[in-house]
Amino acid sequence: MILNKRARVNKICVQIILLATSFLMIFPLLWMFLGAFKNNNEVIQMPPTLLPSSVNFDNFKTISELFPIGRFLFNSVFVAVIATLLQVLFCAMAAYAFAKIKFKGREIVFTIFLVTMMIPSQLTMITLYRIFVGLGISNSYLGLILPGTYNALGIFLMRQHMSTLSDSFIEAALVDGSTQFRIFWRIILPLCKPALATVGILGFMSAWNTFLWPLIIISDTNLSTLPLGLSKIQGRWTTEWNLLMAGDVISTIPILIVYLFTQKYFIKSLAHSGVKG
Amino acid sequence: MVGERKFKKYLVVVIFLFPSLVGLIVFNIIPIIQSAIMSFTEWDLLTKPKFIGLENYINICSDENSIKGLTNTLKYVVGYVPVIIVLGLIFAVFLDMKITGVKVYRSIIFIPVVISWVVVSLIWLWLYSPDSGLINYFISILGFEGPAWLQNEHTAMPAIIIASLWKDMGYVTIILLSGLQNIDDEFYESANIDGANSLQKLFYITIPTLSPIIFFLLVTLLISSFQIFDQVFIMTRGGPFGSTRTLVQEIYENAFQMSKVGFACAQAWVLVVIILTVTITQNILQKRWVNYDSK
Repeated sequence: MILNKRARVNKICVQIILLATSFLMIFPLLWMFLGAFKNNNEVIQMPPTLLPSSVNFDNFKTISELFPIGRFLFNSVFVAVIATLLQVLFCAMAAYAFAKIKFKGREIVFTIFLVTMMIPSQLTMITLYRIFVGLGISNSYLGLILPGTYNALGIFLMRQHMSTLSDSFIEAALVDGSTQFRIFWRIILPLCKPALATVGILGFMSAWNTFLWPLIIISDTNLSTLPLGLSKIQGRWTTEWNLLMAGDVISTIPILIVYLFTQKYFIKSLAHSGVKG
Repeated sequence: MVGERKFKKYLVVVIFLFPSLVGLIVFNIIPIIQSAIMSFTEWDLLTKPKFIGLENYINICSDENSIKGLTNTLKYVVGYVPVIIVLGLIFAVFLDMKITGVKVYRSIIFIPVVISWVVVSLIWLWLYSPDSGLINYFISILGFEGPAWLQNEHTAMPAIIIASLWKDMGYVTIILLSGLQNIDDEFYESANIDGANSLQKLFYITIPTLSPIIFFLLVTLLISSFQIFDQVFIMTRGGPFGSTRTLVQEIYENAFQMSKVGFACAQAWVLVVIILTVTITQNILQKRWVNYDSK
């Protein structure tokens, strides 16, 4: 009885802590949404008001007069989607070769892939920028997309998954005269959906949020992705919080929608990468 | 016949590996080799690189900005990594309990993880603002006067750490939670029979069982926090008085704004050596505390 009562009190304490923490997690975002609709006096007035005095899209209009914010949005979506699709395909292809085809030097090549996972991108970015300038793809979509198509961790995660699939039906399909490409596309990929989702979600998140690489490779405002565009907006309006929050809202809504509809996979993907890694 | 089949097999392998091999070589191996070579040169992009031996590395040791960048980065790492693992552990335990609405709490705590650092930095920049920010407003309600968080050299780094904890806590929590959910309930039941209290259960069952995941988090969080850049660049640009300048910001500015490319490459190699040393040390130390066979 006493134990039961103590457990109940504990549960109530935890409930209160979780409620308070959730509030702390949500409130800054709520504050951002409300701020995006306030005018430039309301965002600096003390004491602050919770709700904007009128709901209008003036802040969004002001931004779009000086910055192609719609273009930023398009660039971000375009780059993230293409880079993610290519990354998932390329990782799956490599993982298939490493998991299901026996060839000489397989382990050595795979180890080289794994070792590069430890090299931080800050080491490679300086000379990679020079290479891209040399290839004529700095300041272009290609320059934004290409580095995102390669991911050693993705290859590793997918190989783990593919290794658990039985070899017997691959052998049977080969005997039937199927090519490796057909087996990969028709049999293996459909069986790897959870791993594809994991790599896809991780890839999309990093492509959507990446800031340093676009900052280096893109000088044309029209090619900016949202994070880079936002930093340019910040350069123009340092403390006009209403305008900065409007920019924030445009950058946040797409990823928030993706998250709300796929949160199960989001959380599973990250948990998966943690446990397997 | 056999030769032809072998050739065909290798052709298939090459085709499957081709895109990733190109990525490996062009985005990793070539830049790594080039930056190693460039770190021994003086290079401003316009003229030809001039070989100067170890001079860049010697200069780093006495260069005030490099040392400041390194100590600030270390301050961030020390202030961030242990705290976030403890916070993550606490909330993972809470979110593993049978509590009404626990699924909603789980998805809420994770929301900041998906939002980009630039967005988060701008929100916190406003929250920290000394004259229009909410944080100092709440402090003033309590009857105190808050500091000028990001404009004060003593509070700027702690402020950045707090914002980072807010953004990343959900990630650490969810990963630890997935580990907790794999622990067999029998362990706890037999501990209950033996009369163990909650703290004993935490230190003798939960943490040892989770140790491989805690180890994974330690390794990855240390690597990523040594690379801190986005939040500092947006919130303070390294100020005030260089109190939040980090190593990666140093590398970025030297390479792309000051045209000291050779020097930036040497700084990047110093960062790599630090990261590798920390990672390898952890791998050696893990034998003492990471427990792989408790399942």
